[in-house]
Amino acid sequence: MRTKVAYFGVFTALALIFSYVESLIPFHIGIPGVKLGLANLIVVVALYKMGTEEAYALSVARIVLSGFLFANLFSIIYSLAGGMLSLTVMVFLKKKGWFSVYGVSLAGGVMHNVGQLLIAMLIVETFSVSYYLPVLLVAGAITGLVIGILAEAMLKRLAGLDMGSRKEQKR
Amino acid sequence: MENKKNLRKNDLLLLLIVVVVAAAICALRFWLGDKHPGYVTVRIDGEVVASYDLSEDQEVELNGGTNTMRIEDGTVKMIQADCPDKLCMKQKAISKNRENIICLPNNIVLQIANQDESELDAVTN
Repeated sequence: MRTKVAYFGVFTALALIFSYVESLIPFHIGIPGVKLGLANLIVVVALYKMGTEEAYALSVARIVLSGFLFANLFSIIYSLAGGMLSLTVMVFLKKKGWFSVYGVSLAGGVMHNVGQLLIAMLIVETFSVSYYLPVLLVAGAITGLVIGILAEAMLKRLAGLDMGSRKEQKR
Repeated sequence: MENKKNLRKNDLLLLLIVVVVAAAICALRFWLGDKHPGYVTVRIDGEVVASYDLSEDQEVELNGGTNTMRIEDGTVKMIQADCPDKLCMKQKAISKNRENIICLPNNIVLQIANQDESELDAVTN
C-alpha cells in the first residue's frame, strides 16, 4: 500500500511534467488543436500497471492540476470530457481483451477527441464543429497509436515492478 | 505468441475502422451534407438590407428597381442594371461562399453566405 502511494505520486508528477513539456513545445503538425497528449502515456501505463481506479484518479488529478497551472477553466472542462470518455473506453476495451496496448490506446486517443468535440458542441451550441470530426478521428487514432507504442515500450521496462495491480499480484 | 499476433491484427483492424469511419463521414458530407446552398445577402450603401435563400428560384428587384438579380439553381446573377457600363451583369453567376457581385455606381454588393459560417468562432481561447 505504501509503495502504491509513492508510485501514484511519481506518476502524477510525471504526467504533470509531460503536460508542461507539451505546453512548452506544441507539436504543430499543421492541424490546429491536435497534439500528442504525452500525459496520456502515463495514464495508459497506470491503467495497466496499477488498475482502473488509480488510472481515473491519476487522470483527474493530472487534468485539474495542469489545467490550473498551465491553462484555464475552459481547457479543464474540455480535457475532463475527453479524458474521462477516453479512459472509460480504454478500461472497457482492456477488460474485453480484444486489443493489445496499441489498440486500447488508439481507441483512447480517438475517444479523447470525440469527448472534447461533444463538449464543444454543447458549449458552442452548434453542430457545425462536427465538420472537424473526421480530422479529429484520424488524428486521435495516430496520436493514440504513438502513445500505445510508447506505453508498450515503457511497460516492457517496468515489467519487474509491482505497482499493486490486482492482476499483477495474482501472477 | 499466436494470441499476441491475433491482438496485433485486431489493433490494425481498429485503426482501419477508424480511418474508414472518418472517410465515410467525409464522403457522406460530400454527397449529402452541403445540399443547402446557403444565402445571398444584399448590401446597399454598406448596410445589409436583405438576405435571400438560394434554394428558392426567384427574381428580385433591388434598390427600388435600379438592379435586378436572379436566383436560379443555387446561383445568383445580376440580370438588369440601370448603370451605363453594366459590369455587374457581365459577371458570371456566383454560388460559393463569399463570392460576390458588385455594382459600383449603385453601391450594391451581393454576397454568398453559408449558414453556419458565422458561428464557428463563437468561442475562442
